Amino acid sequence: MTEGFERRGKGALATFSGFEADLLRSLASQLVELLRNEVAAPTSSNDPLEDLLDFSGPTTAPDDPVLARLFPTAYTDDEEAAGEFRRFTEGALRDGKARNAVLIIDQLEEAGLPPELEEDGLWIDVELSAGQASAWMRSFTDIRLALATRLGIEEGDEDYWRSLPEEDPRAHVHDIYEWVGYLQETLVEAVTR
Amino acid sequence: MSAPTPVEVEQPEADETTLMARPWVTIVWNDPVNLMSYVTYVFQTYFGYPRKKAEKLMFEVHHDGRSVVSTGSREEMERDVQAMHEYGLWATMQKADA
Repeated sequence: MTEGFERRGKGALATFSGFEADLLRSLASQLVELLRNEVAAPTSSNDPLEDLLDFSGPTTAPDDPVLARLFPTAYTDDEEAAGEFRRFTEGALRDGKARNAVLIIDQLEEAGLPPELEEDGLWIDVELSAGQASAWMRSFTDIRLALATRLGIEEGDEDYWRSLPEEDPRAHVHDIYEWVGYLQETLVEAVTR
Repeated sequence: MSAPTPVEVEQPEADETTLMARPWVTIVWNDPVNLMSYVTYVFQTYFGYPRKKAEKLMFEVHHDGRSVVSTGSREEMERDVQAMHEYGLWATMQKADA
């Protein structure tokens, strides 16, 4: 099992088993799919010309709870300002988050993860520059927020998750959530030390 | 050569100036997911705060449920909130006196 990241130059280095790299790639891919899935469509007005010219972002919070957590409402007491903020930021935020996740996929594959993992005993070294480390960290956060939202994780409920029987699929997902947290912790430590 | 002429200048009310110049705040809220080390890293990296200050704000978020992490104009706060969302932190903005 990987020991997580350690400092290398101004960035970081980690060694992953083929299984671990494949799991990370799958998590990052799911995130990309989610970010690109729910179309960011603005509500249409009564003016067809205005509709045609209005190709900017959405003004209401996404329906999916994961997306709603990834793109929180900026103004809690001013719906109109919140809508405007969302219209001008959500598109760029989605693109940035998708780009970070795609970087993880690309770097894993460049480091030797094949498109279809078949062989046993594969290990790959992934080296990140400082900028890449920051992108991976942000994407780890997005992945963990997505998993936590799906699981319904709350403050201080670790004992509950650890008490789940092994055959409960949520226990497995929670293990993955903790594992990505471990990777993130070692990555933060590697670049801030 | 000249000497400064004494001119009486009206002293502005201190807190009035502060409110005029920095009427908005960015608030980061606690969530059960983000790591303490990562939140500290974000405050250091994005705001350029020294480690001590970043940790103090992180503990405020953790223990009090929220912390004001920056103060400034509305445009500046919109930038900060957007940046916090980029990092995956749960941030909102409001008027400083709200």
